[in-house]
Amino acid sequence: MLHQPITKNYHDFIIERDPEKCIQCQVCVRQCSYGAHIYNEKDERVTEDEARCVGCHRCEALCPTEALTIRRNPSEFRENALWAPQFIKNIYKQADTGGVLLTGMGNPYPYPVYWDRMVLDASQVTNPSIDPLREPMELRTWLGSKPDAIEVEMKKGKPNLTTQFLPQLQINYPILFSAMSYGSINLNVHVGLARAAEELGILYNTGEGGLHQSLYKYGENTIVQCASGRFGVDSKYLNAGVAIEIKIGQGAKPGIGGHLPGEKIGKEISITRMIPEGSDAISPAPHHDIYSIEDLRQLIYALKEATDYEKPVFVKIAAVHNSAAIASGIARAGADVIAIDGFRGGTGAAPTMIRDNVGIPIELALASVDERLRQEGIRNRVSLLAAGGIRCSADVVKAIALGADAVYIGTAALIAVGCTVCQRCYTGKCPWGIATNDPYLAKRINPDIAHRRLANLVRAWGHEIQEMLGGMGLNAIESLRGNREKLRGVGLNEVELNILGIKHAGA
Amino acid sequence: MKSWQYQKDISGCGLSGIINKNGERITGESIICSIACQHDRGNGLGGGFAAYGIYPDFKDHYALHIMADNLDALHAVEGFLNQTVSVVHQEKIPTRPNKYITDPPILRRYFIEPVKEGDRICRWPGLSDDDYIVRVVMNVNRDIKGAYIFSSGKNMGAFKGVGFPEDIADFYRLDEYSGYIWTAHNRFPTNTPGWWGGAHPFTILDWSIVHNGEISSYGINKRYLEMFGYHCTLLTDTEVVAYLLDLIIRRHGLPVELACKVFAPPFWQEIDRMDKEAKRLFTAIRMVYGSGLLNGPFAILFAYNGGLVGLNDRVKLRPLVAAVKGDTVYMASEESAIRAICPDPEKVWAPKAGEPVIVTMDKGASTTKKQARLSPACAGA
Ligand code: SF4
Ligand code: SF4
Repeated sequence: MLHQPITKNYHDFIIERDPEKCIQCQVCVRQCSYGAHIYNEKDERVTEDEARCVGCHRCEALCPTEALTIRRNPSEFRENALWAPQFIKNIYKQADTGGVLLTGMGNPYPYPVYWDRMVLDASQVTNPSIDPLREPMELRTWLGSKPDAIEVEMKKGKPNLTTQFLPQLQINYPILFSAMSYGSINLNVHVGLARAAEELGILYNTGEGGLHQSLYKYGENTIVQCASGRFGVDSKYLNAGVAIEIKIGQGAKPGIGGHLPGEKIGKEISITRMIPEGSDAISPAPHHDIYSIEDLRQLIYALKEATDYEKPVFVKIAAVHNSAAIASGIARAGADVIAIDGFRGGTGAAPTMIRDNVGIPIELALASVDERLRQEGIRNRVSLLAAGGIRCSADVVKAIALGADAVYIGTAALIAVGCTVCQRCYTGKCPWGIATNDPYLAKRINPDIAHRRLANLVRAWGHEIQEMLGGMGLNAIESLRGNREKLRGVGLNEVELNILGIKHAGA
Repeated sequence: MKSWQYQKDISGCGLSGIINKNGERITGESIICSIACQHDRGNGLGGGFAAYGIYPDFKDHYALHIMADNLDALHAVEGFLNQTVSVVHQEKIPTRPNKYITDPPILRRYFIEPVKEGDRICRWPGLSDDDYIVRVVMNVNRDIKGAYIFSSGKNMGAFKGVGFPEDIADFYRLDEYSGYIWTAHNRFPTNTPGWWGGAHPFTILDWSIVHNGEISSYGINKRYLEMFGYHCTLLTDTEVVAYLLDLIIRRHGLPVELACKVFAPPFWQEIDRMDKEAKRLFTAIRMVYGSGLLNGPFAILFAYNGGLVGLNDRVKLRPLVAAVKGDTVYMASEESAIRAICPDPEKVWAPKAGEPVIVTMDKGASTTKKQARLSPACAGA
């Protein structure tokens, strides 16, 4: 029987300090928000409490003499294919606390990653590849509900468009920053996202935590989110961005609401979320005014009314078993854009069991949604965004070839500003200054640098997408969208190929 | 087989087209000579022609050209036609033996009219005549194994098969037809199943298309068309162009020049420089018809009863030359193919990337005029 917290005995990481290199400067002590480095005044030496380390690598990165190495604790349980270490440790933890296991970021388990089982095509002989350095290579994308056909009338011998369009959003890259609320991440990161979106000509999403006063000026590049808690929602907020997203679900925790504990609701967050300081911010699991699709329709139109029908309304859902039918209903309910968030999508906090066991891969959900909307002849009526586990530009290209208009990136954006995917965002102590509102930690993010790094990332991906497009002999992104001929499966079975709507490599 | 499992066929090619704007009908010899001059652009695995104004006696009836692998397939088609349309006249497509043309399928043509609403056999009430015929063609091509309708327009016809175009022409006795528009195709497939249906032109109603190039956007063009009830079953990317023409011009009612801008739209950098109205129009075209953009290298000629259009992809990755003499306009992959039948054109030019050459019939053109033999029918002959 154990008499002290299990993490003391079976901790995940070990901290190696090279005594030759360590100069006792205590940088690590100041950097580690978990208190894993301890300065012993009496001995004038830095020591460590390895049980506290979450493996974020902050101290290692900042140690001026490279004295630190963070490693996986090699001490292992007796190997057992069923009782993998995480199950054992989780039980110890719950036996200690009696609580729900919490975690952050997306599902880390080795479910198949279909991006890695699909390969792309390239031109050889019969069609020339196109060099993006010499020829235009177009990534410009329009999000919004399109009519099936346009009408023109001849005016003075010139065709003149008579079709009225619903509102459309132009983006220069098929990449948007996905919803991360102010509260789950701090203002410095939001400022970086907003400025990068502005520079790139794309959009960022406020998430459900409202919009900080200082960010209203980036409205042209903002999607404001309206989630079940309705935090920070008023008519000024709804009109602040260029689009409104109704968040029904999130890939990391389908069917689950959110909870930002009262101790994190400081002054600024309280003003932005429009709730009292120190009160818990609870997002219910469902919207309590949406118990069915017709209720969703009412909310969509209520938001359109509130914004004079000038802004497209996005609906974001988690990828679940019936995504295709749900998406079709959402399209018919009047949404302009549907965002589907796969089970690898990140989160600031989620119950571990939910994150790791609920939802389906975005690749499969996206393929079936796109196909269903086409079968029903309503694919033009909505744009599709794929989210949840997009790691690189090739993933973007594959998502678009499967049928997405554009993708949302969240985790990738945080990694660009320093996140090491330690999965402890829910503690609010992010040593990288991202998933934290502690001013001491938050100032580790310099908004200017965050802006530059985020813009660099998207631009770099843009170049790579252009290279891949050119290699396939295409010079406009719309010729890739839904063009599953450009994909082949590797090592996939027939059921998987059928759902993805692609041939196997070699076929 | 699931629609996404169909294999796209890849080919290079030579093209030629002639139109007399005044409606004077030209005998087949000229187009045969022009395409034969581009013999080396093909490899003997596909040749074909489309001719307009060739059925003056049945000019108000849809002419269905059918190829069938065997009698069972043919009977299946006939059974289907008897249940859906009224056949006014039917006959074998006349052919003559040619030593290079082996193993032809059974070839028949049927002049038909769609049955009227309320008729016992009207399968799809509420459709326009044209839509009705499109349904008939789609159903046969998708569902009847071993049989294909490869031509379905009024007063026009496609003739195609496996062989060099000059031999195909001889086989089909095209020298005996005369038309006011002709297009021809010489094919260089790289992975052909050696199938007659895979040769160009591809047609639906009176739209016919011959194509040199590879449509890299095929995967999405095809899925886009499926949303509107077109099924691409002919194992080639060119088919999508025929259906796109039908969808965009006939069903959506866009003028021909804008349809060309769907296939080869201006770049955004050009659109950004346009005046407000034009910018709105072209932005709309790209937003709504992005899935209809033909991406990849191509030169195409498409014809319909009212005209002939030549078009290149938007970076001009395949050759196309045009020339004019009097009322006759010529287009071909190579200038030599034009000069072979028109040694002294008034004007010869290479159309720019994405800029269509649109030739429409003159007002008052009469296509029942006496047929004319272009002089010389063949400069080389
Ligand atoms: S939690 Fe991070 S900063 Fe603290 S010891 Fe571990 S790696 Fe270093
Ligand atoms: S945001 Fe911070 S806490 Fe969350 S995974 Fe990244 S580094 Fe860890």
